[in-house]
Amino acid sequence: MLAWLPENISTFGGDLDGIFALIYYIVAVWFVLTQALIVIFLIRYRRKEGQKAVYAHGNNWSQAMWLLIPCALVLTLDLWIDIRGSDVWARVKLSRPKPDVTVKLTGKQFNWIVTYPGPDGKFGTADDRKLDNDLHVPVGKVVYLILESEDVIHSFFVPVLRLKQDAVPGRQIPAWFQATKAGKWEIPCAELCGFGHSGMKGSLIVHSAEDYGAWLKKQWPSSG
Amino acid sequence: MTDTHAASGEAGLHEAPQGFLRTYVFSTDHKMIGRQYLFISLFWMVLGAFYAYLLRWQLAYPETDIPIFGRPIGPEEYNAFLTLHGTIMVFFVAMPLLLAAFGNFIVPLMIGARDMAFPRLNMMSVWTLTAASIVLLLSLVVESGPAAAGWTGYPPLSAVPDYTGVGYGMDLWLLALALEFASFLMGGINFLVTPLNMRTRGMSLMRMPLFVWMVMTASVIFLLSVGPIIAGAVFLLLDRNLGTAFFLPSGGGDPLLWQHLFWFFGHPEVYVILLPALGILMEVTANSARKPIFGYKPILIAVFIAGFLSFIVWAHHQFISGLDPRLATPFSVTTILISVPFALVVFALMATLWGGAIRFTTAFWYAAGGLSVFIFGGLTGIFNGSAPVDIYIHDTYYIVAHIHYVVFGGSLFAIHDTYFVVAHFHSTLFSTAILASFAGIYYWFPKMFGRMLNETLGKIHFWGTFIFFYMVFGPMHLLGIGGMVRRIYNPAQYESYQGLLPMNRFITTAAILLFIAQLPFVFNFFWSLFAGKKAAENPWEATTLEWTTPSPPPHGNWPGAVPEVHRGPYDYSLPGEASDWLPQNQPDRGAASARG
Repeated sequence: MLAWLPENISTFGGDLDGIFALIYYIVAVWFVLTQALIVIFLIRYRRKEGQKAVYAHGNNWSQAMWLLIPCALVLTLDLWIDIRGSDVWARVKLSRPKPDVTVKLTGKQFNWIVTYPGPDGKFGTADDRKLDNDLHVPVGKVVYLILESEDVIHSFFVPVLRLKQDAVPGRQIPAWFQATKAGKWEIPCAELCGFGHSGMKGSLIVHSAEDYGAWLKKQWPSSG
Repeated sequence: MTDTHAASGEAGLHEAPQGFLRTYVFSTDHKMIGRQYLFISLFWMVLGAFYAYLLRWQLAYPETDIPIFGRPIGPEEYNAFLTLHGTIMVFFVAMPLLLAAFGNFIVPLMIGARDMAFPRLNMMSVWTLTAASIVLLLSLVVESGPAAAGWTGYPPLSAVPDYTGVGYGMDLWLLALALEFASFLMGGINFLVTPLNMRTRGMSLMRMPLFVWMVMTASVIFLLSVGPIIAGAVFLLLDRNLGTAFFLPSGGGDPLLWQHLFWFFGHPEVYVILLPALGILMEVTANSARKPIFGYKPILIAVFIAGFLSFIVWAHHQFISGLDPRLATPFSVTTILISVPFALVVFALMATLWGGAIRFTTAFWYAAGGLSVFIFGGLTGIFNGSAPVDIYIHDTYYIVAHIHYVVFGGSLFAIHDTYFVVAHFHSTLFSTAILASFAGIYYWFPKMFGRMLNETLGKIHFWGTFIFFYMVFGPMHLLGIGGMVRRIYNPAQYESYQGLLPMNRFITTAAILLFIAQLPFVFNFFWSLFAGKKAAENPWEATTLEWTTPSPPPHGNWPGAVPEVHRGPYDYSLPGEASDWLPQNQPDRGAASARG
């Protein structure tokens, strides 16, 4: 099951995959155990001539322990998952490393408008550059995204980054990532946004440091 | 009918109806109303499954002619059909079938009442659902097509006609939902008041069969949660038609408001469907294993805790919606904690099997299959509950699979909105709800229609359903983990999903086989309705009161006096007794002479 995960090119993707694997192993053990027990019970306790079922009602403490002890185990494992999960969530969502690159992404039926602030680092100035659907970022740098939408809810999703975040009209929603590998990947929209939802996709282009420099130069030739 | 004791269900007794219309159409008899709900839900199930077939075909063989349908479907139709599939299966199949059909037919019989507390309200609820059904059917044929914003109807997409191109279809969809909620409000009041006020003599609350408790708890959950969604539906209608902006940021509104209102209802709704399903599993398991349900009281406490928790988990649907990220941790914790009470129910059912003398009826096979699938769906839910995992699996096919497991039978940043979500949704709802519904149909059909279903056909039906079910929704989780987002019309438009195409085709093939596996059931159902073996009063040697009256029960439920209750609902295999079952109306041996 874990082999179906796409490759991970994000700094925090490993943490997410780690939680995924933790939950996977815990539930796999439970699944096999419970299903095997059910099958064993079905075979072992099928009706036989002249044999009566065991009478057990489970309503006093000593019998209810058969329920409460496994439940205590479930609770313990739940808390383990919760604690590990909260930890990862806090690292990914509550703390934000200092951004190296800031990009604004605006969803609109059925495109992503990618806005770069340009050399002055400010949005809404003359040196802004707007691109359709192509998100160019440098490898190994912290990229800070500001997600907006002009019409309906869209959702920015890059499976290899293990990053998904809705873009909601009327809000500016932050997200960040740090890619560890250069290459080009798809950005499918993950929230139903109308008849063109399918096929609303952008491209994430992660450049090596020099490629990114060259790309910057092409976009803003005047600035040094 | 000359029975006079006041505490019994005599208050619900009314004149036996005269004539065809009053007997079969405008009936106030809870049994006829239960059958009407059954037929309404089976009708919608066929349509909902047909939409599923169209969607699955498009995903496996994009933009090709669909057999039977005769042409390919376009993206607008795809969005409309996925909206209809979800709406139909949740609101017009699962709820009417599990809560309304079985609840109506069985609950008064189980507690020894002659009818529901409010028989006319009961009739009104089924006719309101009929009106809702007609409105939803009308939405299929209006200009610009039916609703196409997903069954969750997120605004602004659903709030502004230009965004979807859907006009009246969306308004009719909202109206149909509002009517459906109104119908279940009326039904819910009956499910609550009847067991509280109409129990026969000796039927204390703690002697009620667990199915009755589950229906009552589900009704409480529904009544407490439905208010916000009705308000939300009205707001959305106003936004669409009168220019308000409850959900539109351009006018100062907020799209997230809808998500809160929807999921504050929507998540408890899962348990509204799930609890009656679990109740059926419990009744059938106890009867087939010839054992009392292990842990009646612990189960009740667990279910009440789960019911409470179900009100404080809703934001797990919104981990990636732009909600303040600090909120995710508490909601993640409550979501994962809800696994504890349901784990207890699973352990209780397994402990009931232990040491049993199991009779392998078709109903039991469905109960065992429902338990198996419920475990699967519940376990995959742990992934969704974990906020960081939801980042990945949200809105993937994982979720589609999960809900089908829990509903049909029974989350990671990035699994949200992928097929992991789709898979999870189906694996929880579809599994437990549909398999339990079948368990209930095979178990109570003799009581409902006075004839037995064919067991051989039933077992063929079970194995087909069970195996193909796992083959459809198991692999769907893999699509989600592979990153496939849900609600996309054509996966071939994505390079990264090319590798998932064989899996999509496998799932579609399995789904078609799953539909074909239902044919023995359809045949069995209609054939047995008219030509099945006549059912005795108590073919399963069951202990609860619905089996102490002829099959089907006459108007007023018992030809003579309403039975008096002397014991708990599951006195199977009591030590020292010759028989392995004692019905609830059997007095203790000391009082045997008083039996009447």
